[in-house]
Amino acid sequence: MDVAVDTLNRAFAYSTPLLWAGLGAVYSERAGVVNLGVEGTMILGSLTAFAVAHRTGSLFLAVTAAALTGALVALVHAFISVTLRANQYVAGLAMTSFGLGLSGMLGRAYEGIALARPMQGITVPVLSSLPLVGPSLFRGQAILTHLGLLVAVALWVLLYKTRWGIAVRSVGESPATADAAGIRVARIRYASVIAGGALASIGGAYLSVAYRPSWTEGMTAGMGWIAVAIAIFASWNPLKAVGASLFFGALYYLSFRLQAYVAPELLKLLPYLAVILVLAFSARGRRRLFLGAPEALGEPYYRGAR
Amino acid sequence: MRASFGPSFAEIVSPPRTRALWVTLASVALGLVASGVVFAVYGVAPIAAYSVLLRETLGDARGQAEVVRKSLPLILIAVGLAFAFRARFFNIGAEGQLLAGAAAASGVALFSDIPAPYTVWAMFLAGFAAGALWAFLPALLKVKLGVNEVITTLMLNFVAVYGIEWLINGPWKGRTVMGFAYSDPFPAWARLPVIPGTRIHWPTLVLGLVAAVALHFVLARTRLGFEVRVLGHNPEAAAYAGIDALRVTLAAALIAGGLAGLAGVGEVGGTHFRLRSPSQISPGFGYTAILAAQLARGQPLAAALAALFLGLIFAAGDVARALLRMPPQVPEMISGLLLLAVVSAEIFIRYQLRFPTVPKGGD
Repeated sequence: MDVAVDTLNRAFAYSTPLLWAGLGAVYSERAGVVNLGVEGTMILGSLTAFAVAHRTGSLFLAVTAAALTGALVALVHAFISVTLRANQYVAGLAMTSFGLGLSGMLGRAYEGIALARPMQGITVPVLSSLPLVGPSLFRGQAILTHLGLLVAVALWVLLYKTRWGIAVRSVGESPATADAAGIRVARIRYASVIAGGALASIGGAYLSVAYRPSWTEGMTAGMGWIAVAIAIFASWNPLKAVGASLFFGALYYLSFRLQAYVAPELLKLLPYLAVILVLAFSARGRRRLFLGAPEALGEPYYRGAR
Repeated sequence: MRASFGPSFAEIVSPPRTRALWVTLASVALGLVASGVVFAVYGVAPIAAYSVLLRETLGDARGQAEVVRKSLPLILIAVGLAFAFRARFFNIGAEGQLLAGAAAASGVALFSDIPAPYTVWAMFLAGFAAGALWAFLPALLKVKLGVNEVITTLMLNFVAVYGIEWLINGPWKGRTVMGFAYSDPFPAWARLPVIPGTRIHWPTLVLGLVAAVALHFVLARTRLGFEVRVLGHNPEAAAYAGIDALRVTLAAALIAGGLAGLAGVGEVGGTHFRLRSPSQISPGFGYTAILAAQLARGQPLAAALAALFLGLIFAAGDVARALLRMPPQVPEMISGLLLLAVVSAEIFIRYQLRFPTVPKGGD
């Protein structure tokens, strides 16, 4: 029992940054834009949040500033991939390089400082007395964990139950058809990419103000890439993204717990190996790479191009 | 149909060949200006900084030799990536392939009984094999199951990083290195020769140039090159023409991975003489080489030239660290911005901006 609560508790904590960033990837890719800059966006979010929290002491400001940073970075990506119709894969990679490099440079002043007042865990009344999820989720987790789950539900409602969601998905499936139906393709793609960047950046903020309240160069350590993979496992469905993030959260925890028996370096490579295995096992035929992939994913749209 | 306001893109029917060159050069210049802005934000005067960096790298023979030395791994990787990109194998895993090659070469150098004159040959062979192996699985998964190679090759980078961390903290940890996490030094016969007075390990340079010329020839003149070009240009046409996508993709991936593996051999065998922390073996050569392949538009010879330019950025990064006391991430930041600028400018090669003429009196 204790082991189950413990495992779930740490899995929720580890999965929080993955979930936020994964949801960002889902949203952006639903509109047809691949953003491989998630890792760079996340780490700029981590640095922004830590710097603001350290200077002002306000965690609210810190997370807001991180979201704005993420939105700004994503705006650049949207401009390059929507307006300039560049190769989205290369642009995203470049953004990741830039984000990692820039955060390493500007963050040097903050290395090795512990945040005076980090984000504390909260106890949610009533819910915390539930079995299993009570002690693991509703007691002692930072509010960003709960918010992340709420955002997942909200994003699902947005994508599947609203006019805006239909517009977003149709732009991702067939921009030409959407355009003919009077949907503003570029506007929706911009909005989705920007929102996705803000979500990824909040995931990064969780790392530096709640999970490990400090700043270390390269602290996202590939989480942004796992988030990109989560969008694929989840078939671009926000609710399934919760499950996928928890899976990787549990894996991170496991690799931490097993250190007594196996070399820690070998355990650290488990999540990355798992991404490859899960992708291989969830691949469904070669034509349409994965079930539920937006049809126009990664393709720039030129009006009158078909 | 809505009227479109603001500038729009108009296709240029047959853009002159020089246009690509000018657009690329202009975008590189723009990227350098943007990096200058970051310098200023960081608190370093950009023009003064650039002039120091240029003087210390290109200003004298020692600096120039360092530029060449830094470009050695980049040439091998960029040439291979250019080839793989032509076959639409988007290999982001050169970093891991380099590290795999470095580990394999270290294994040969430290633990094999291969007699002296052949040790170095065996190291290069093992490094090529290990790099190719690192690219094999993603290529197989891509063709057989349609798994996106961008993510799988990238994930294997982390596997290589932690794999080496394990080796140097565990089984391969040197007996003579006290508490440090690296292997014992290589014996003298497992070290690559250098051009006297420089740190340029010339066998790696020769391999890089040979690879560039060979792949240029393969692309232009051979059946495999033809198949790579067709597959890269139009996979469906390739299928109609009876081209075996698995064979061609595997060939491109194995060649690119193997060359990155050779780059890793050069780094441990020619610079470090031991297996050490992955971040010290490669400050992101595998990622930066993507920029070279992009600059070269899939031309192996141009990729080698672009790699030389990136070698300048890495050499400048060392100078920035030593003389300007800037952090080690400077080259990564600059290459990220350059890649952003270069990929953004792509559209201006085939399209030009057209500003709408506003009819007087409205419509």
